[in-house]
Amino acid sequence: MSGSRKVTVAASILLLLSLASSVLLLRRVDQVRSHATLEEVLYFSSPKWIKRMSLGYDGLLADIYWTRAVQYFGSRHVAHATDYKLLAPLLEITTALDPKLIVAYQFGANFVAPKPPEGAGMPDKAVALVEYGIRNNPDNWKLYYELGFIYYYMDPPEHAKAAEAFDRGTKVPNAHPFLRVLAAQMAQHAGEIQTARMLWQAAYATTQDDLIRKNAVTHLRALKVDEDITGLEKMVATYQEQTGMLPASFNALVGAGMLLGVPVDPNGKPYQLMFDGSIELRTPEDFPFVEKGLPPGYKPGPPKLH
Amino acid sequence: MFAIETINLEKTYAVGFWRKKPRVALRPLNLAVEEGEVFGFLGPNGAGKTTTLKLLMGLVLPTGGTARILGKSINEAEVKAQIGFLPEQPYFYDYLTAKELLEYYARLSGVEPKERTGKIDAMLQRVGLAQAILHDPKVVFLDEPMSGLDPTGRREVRDLMEELKQQGKTVFFSTHILSDAEALCDRVAVIHRGELRGIGRVAELTASVAGKVEMIWNGNAVPAGFSGLGAECHISGDTIRAALPEAQQEAALEILRRERLRLISLTPVRSSLEEYYLQKVNSAAKPAGVAQ
Amino acid sequence: MSRVVHIASNTFREAVRDRVLYNLVAFAVLLSGAAILVGQISIDIERLVVVNLGLTAVSLFGVVIAIFIGIGLVSKEIEKRTLYTVLSRPVRRWEFIVGKFFGLTGTLVVNTVCMAIGVFAALLYVSHKFQASDRWILVALYFIVLQFLILCSLTLLFSSFSSPLLSAVFAFSLFVIGSFAEDLRGFAGMSHGLTQGLATGAAYLVPNFSALNVIGQVAHEQAISGRLIAYNTGYALAYSAMAICGAVLIFERRNLK
Repeated sequence: MSGSRKVTVAASILLLLSLASSVLLLRRVDQVRSHATLEEVLYFSSPKWIKRMSLGYDGLLADIYWTRAVQYFGSRHVAHATDYKLLAPLLEITTALDPKLIVAYQFGANFVAPKPPEGAGMPDKAVALVEYGIRNNPDNWKLYYELGFIYYYMDPPEHAKAAEAFDRGTKVPNAHPFLRVLAAQMAQHAGEIQTARMLWQAAYATTQDDLIRKNAVTHLRALKVDEDITGLEKMVATYQEQTGMLPASFNALVGAGMLLGVPVDPNGKPYQLMFDGSIELRTPEDFPFVEKGLPPGYKPGPPKLH
Repeated sequence: MFAIETINLEKTYAVGFWRKKPRVALRPLNLAVEEGEVFGFLGPNGAGKTTTLKLLMGLVLPTGGTARILGKSINEAEVKAQIGFLPEQPYFYDYLTAKELLEYYARLSGVEPKERTGKIDAMLQRVGLAQAILHDPKVVFLDEPMSGLDPTGRREVRDLMEELKQQGKTVFFSTHILSDAEALCDRVAVIHRGELRGIGRVAELTASVAGKVEMIWNGNAVPAGFSGLGAECHISGDTIRAALPEAQQEAALEILRRERLRLISLTPVRSSLEEYYLQKVNSAAKPAGVAQ
Repeated sequence: MSRVVHIASNTFREAVRDRVLYNLVAFAVLLSGAAILVGQISIDIERLVVVNLGLTAVSLFGVVIAIFIGIGLVSKEIEKRTLYTVLSRPVRRWEFIVGKFFGLTGTLVVNTVCMAIGVFAALLYVSHKFQASDRWILVALYFIVLQFLILCSLTLLFSSFSSPLLSAVFAFSLFVIGSFAEDLRGFAGMSHGLTQGLATGAAYLVPNFSALNVIGQVAHEQAISGRLIAYNTGYALAYSAMAICGAVLIFERRNLK
C-alpha cells in the first residue's frame, strides 16, 4: 500500500496502543500517589495562606477541597481506616476559602469529633471549626445545633456546654423552635436515650448530606436496639421476680402477657434470649454503635455506613 | 515514460459549515509532459493553476484521479528527490541566513550542501529558484516564477530556464504572462475555471497566418491607394503599420515607392499566442480530451 | 531518519533565535533572585521558599514557552507558506511533525537546565551547602520536563489543525484541568450514571499533570518513590506518543491551501 496509507495505519495502531498504556499507567500512578496530594495539605501551616494564593478563585478551590475532604473520609471509611488525620485540616482549608459552606461545618461536627473508627477523634478541633463557622454565619441556627451536638458526644460528655450551645441558638432569629426543646431536654434529661434520639433525628433533619444522614440513621437504629433490649431485660427481671425462674424462651414471656410475639430487631431478626436471662442480637455487626445486646467479649468492627 | 502525467486528476473542496457547497477547483485533468520539455501552464487568476501544482506536489490531496512523475506515483516520497518546486510568492524562514536556509533545504533533499556551494546564492528571489534546483532535480515545477520581478530579474529567470532546458530537464511552469510562455515553451496548455481548455505546440499555434503580410514604414498618414487593398492600418507617432493580404504585397510596395515613403520592414504575419489564449478562455467549456 | 533530525535542529534554531525566549528566561532568572530575597524575610524557611518559588517558576515559564512556541509550529509554517518548499522534498509528513516535536522539547530541556542551574545557585546561596535531600529536586525537575513533553505534544496536536489563538487556549485549558486531574477522577468516582461515564472518560483523557507536580513534597525534603518515577515516565511517554500520533493522523490528511 502507498506510503501514506502505511503511515495512517501505523499511526492509528500506535495511537490506540499508547492510549491503552497511558490509561493503565495512570491507574498505577494513582495507586502509588494515594493521598500524596492530600498530604500536601499538612504543609500549609495556615489556611489563610491558601486563601491568598488562590487569586480570588476561592469558591472553586473551596469546592475542590470539599470534594477532597468527602472523598478522603469516604474512601478511608470503606477501607476500615483507624485514623483520619487529614480530615480536620481539609475542612479548615475548605472553610477558610468559603466560610459560608455550612455542610463543611456539619461534616466536621459529625466526623471530626467522634473517636475513631467513627471519626477523627479531635473534638477540640471540631469545636474550633464550628465556632469559626458561627463567627462567619451568626444567623445560622444550625451551627449552634452542631456545636451542642459535639459537646454532647464528647468523652466525657459536656452536657452543660451542650445545653448552653443550644440556648445560644434559640436566640437567633428564625431559629427552629425545636432548638428550644433540645435546650430544655439537655438541661434536665441529658443522659437519657430519648435525648440522644432527638439529637440524632435533628442531625438527620438539618442536613442534606448523604454521609451525615446515613450516620444519623445508623445511630438511631442503635438507639432503638438499646431501648428494646433495656425493655426486654426489664421484662425478664420482672418475670424472674414473679415466677422465681428465668424464662426459657420468649414464648414464656408471651404466655405471661408481657409480649405479643417474638420481639425482632430493626432488621426483622428475632432477639435472642440467653440462658442467663440476657438478651442478645443475632447479628450484632448489623448495628454499629449499639451498647447493649452484644455477646461477651464482642469487639465491634468498624461502622459501615450503608 | 512521461516526465509528468495526470490521469483524471481532480479536486473538489467541500465548503461551508455543513460542507454542503462543493467548490470544484479542478475538473478531471488529463495531461502528459515529455521529458526535456518546457511546458507552460496558462490561465487567468483563480483558474486552477496553483491547485494543479499543489496536487502534483502532494500539498493538497486529490478527490479523484492520480498523477505520476517520472513514472512513479506522487504518493511515493522518494520521487521528490528528483523534483524541485518554487511556490508562488515564496516566503522563507526569517531566522535563518540565506546560506543556512539553502543548506537546510539541501539536507532535506538528501544532498550534502558542500557539493553545491556554487549554486548557493545571496538574494531572496534567487533563493527561491536556487532551492528548487540545487539538488539537480530532473523535473522542475515553477508557480508564477516571474511574479514580482523587475525586468532584470525576469531576464535572469528566463536565462535560467533556458539553461535548465539545455541541461535536458523538464520544466513545468504556470504563468499568466503570455510573452514569457511564447518565448520559452515547447508546448502550452490553457486552463480556465478548473478546466483544461486547450493544449498545443507553441510553434504550431503561432504559425504564419497563411496569406498575410505586415508592412511598417515612416509616414504620417495612410496613402490614398491603401484602402482598396483590404489593409488594416495603425498609426503610432511617425510609424504606420499595415496588415494586408499577400497578394496585394506588390501593389502596396508600388504605392509606397510612388509616395517616396521609407519602408522599415515587411514580414509575414504570425498569429499570437494571445489570440489562441483568449479564444480558449472565452469559448464555452468543452472537454479537451487526452493531450498529446 | 536524518530528515527528522534536520527538522528538529532547525526547530531548535528557530526557538533559540526567537527573542521571546530570552525575555522569558530573563524573567525567570529574576524570579529566582526574588525567591532569595523573600526567603530572607521569612527566616528559617529560606530553603523552602527558594525551592517552591524556583521550581514553580521553572514549571510555569516552561509552560508558557511551550505554548507560545508550540502553537505556531505548524500553523505559522502553513500561513507563511514556508511549508511548501519543505514538503515538496522527500520529507514525509510524519517526519515533519516528529521533527518539530523533538525540536521543541529539546528547546525546553535546554531551557530547563539553564533555569535549574539558577535555582541550584540560589539554593547554594541560602543553604551554603548541598544536602542529600537535594537530589529529590532533580527528580522534581525531571517530572517538570515530563510535563513539558506532554504539553509539547498537545500544542503540536492542536497546531496541526487549528489557529494559533485557539491552540493556545486549548493547550492552556488542558494544563489547568490536568493539574486537577486527580480531583476530576475523584469527582467521577462520586457521581452516577451518565455523568459518571462522561466524567471518568474525561478524567482519564486529560493529561495527568497533578501527579507530575511534586514541588511541595520536594520542598519539604520528602523522598519520591522509584515506582512513581517509573510509572510517571511511562505515562508521559505513552501520552505524548498518543498526542503525536493524533497530530500525524490529522496532518497526513490536511490540505495545504
